[in-house]
Amino acid sequence: MTQDELLPLIYKKDDKAFTLLYDMYAKSLFGVIYNLIRDKEEAEDVLQETFVKIWKNIETYNESKGRFYTWMLNIARNNAIDKLRSKNFNNNQKNLSVDNFVHVLEDPNKVSNKIDAIGIQEFVKKLKPKCIQIIDLLFFKGYTQQEASDELEIPLGTVKTQNRNCINELRNLLKV
Amino acid sequence: MNSREYIESGILELYVFGKLSEEEAREVQQMATDNPAIRTEIAAIEQAVINLSHSVSPNISSETYDKIRHELLGDAPEVIQMKSKTNWAQYLGWAAAVVILLGAGFMYLRMNDQINGVINSEIEKDSSEFKSMQKTIITLEDKNKASENLLNIIRDKNNRIITLEGQPAMPTAMAKVYWNKATQAVHIDAQGLPEPPQGMVYQVWSLKMDPLTPTSIGLLDKASAETTKMYKVDNTTEAEAFGITLEPEGGSAVPTMEQLYTLGKV
Repeated sequence: MTQDELLPLIYKKDDKAFTLLYDMYAKSLFGVIYNLIRDKEEAEDVLQETFVKIWKNIETYNESKGRFYTWMLNIARNNAIDKLRSKNFNNNQKNLSVDNFVHVLEDPNKVSNKIDAIGIQEFVKKLKPKCIQIIDLLFFKGYTQQEASDELEIPLGTVKTQNRNCINELRNLLKV
Repeated sequence: MNSREYIESGILELYVFGKLSEEEAREVQQMATDNPAIRTEIAAIEQAVINLSHSVSPNISSETYDKIRHELLGDAPEVIQMKSKTNWAQYLGWAAAVVILLGAGFMYLRMNDQINGVINSEIEKDSSEFKSMQKTIITLEDKNKASENLLNIIRDKNNRIITLEGQPAMPTAMAKVYWNKATQAVHIDAQGLPEPPQGMVYQVWSLKMDPLTPTSIGLLDKASAETTKMYKVDNTTEAEAFGITLEPEGGSAVPTMEQLYTLGKV
């Protein structure tokens, strides 16, 4: 099932479309939300808000603007960041959790599927620490290139290519 | 910039991450429309980050799934669906009852004698089925008792377990001896012995080593142990080893050492 096949179903908003949408993306989006919120119950609330927004605003999504997944990812991240702000956390994105996505793995109870977790622990171990940081900031936490450059103390001009190299490393490990 | 350089620049990753301005994103979109290599690359990047985030996601509770489903589709969770199924079943039940009543009345009037015949034979059939079910239950109870005995033997902390290894006559054979220190009772688990040939039987020996003195403590020929392969043999007080040989039916006075299948020291 690809984005192109899924979208027409979602426009119809039927039962099957919801199941497909949820099965394909809920865990991925929850992985991103939980990495920001670090509280399972609140993260599940944010996931619910995210799905409601996706479902209700599907007409505003426009394929010419980008990937459907990217659109959902932005909704999920923005909802999670709003949640953090509403709780009077510091507004500054850079003061978000210092933990990265790898830390989630360190508590085995938190990870859904232990087999997945073992698999990913193995390939995450093979990722360079520098790559874990840059993927965490840009993908999971939604930092801009400038913010990532400040945080990691690397030249702005190299953020994009370093990230590219790290995603290539990930793709080699995942074979995609 | 050619498509290779474009891909290598790293802009597609930021596109998938949602970190480009609208203008930049539109440009990537345009490039992707014109160039299949770029489309493939975008799909692969997307797959990689979906897999990564999916794998680090904690469990989502089923309540959250139900809540989301309810809010989006407005349908009730499973429980109520089951209730509606019950209603339908009730209607079906009433309909079936009406059909059966009508049918029975009709048949009663038209084929009174015949139906009695049918009913009688049904009753006979039912009672014979009942008997065979009773038999099955008795068999199951017996099996259950046998399994319980087996567990008791295995769990009894007074039992020493001696593993008898395969010998040159039958290297693949093995057996276990459960020797109760308190009661001296000996049980043999013969699961690892091959079926004895026609006219032959396994004989169990307790052995004293110096000088080598074998004492027969029984034959593994009890039909009662056919399914469990757990045999009770004679008690023994002073075995230093146990051995099992293949002997002619009825057993032998002294073991046939060429037919020693398994042996184990205490």
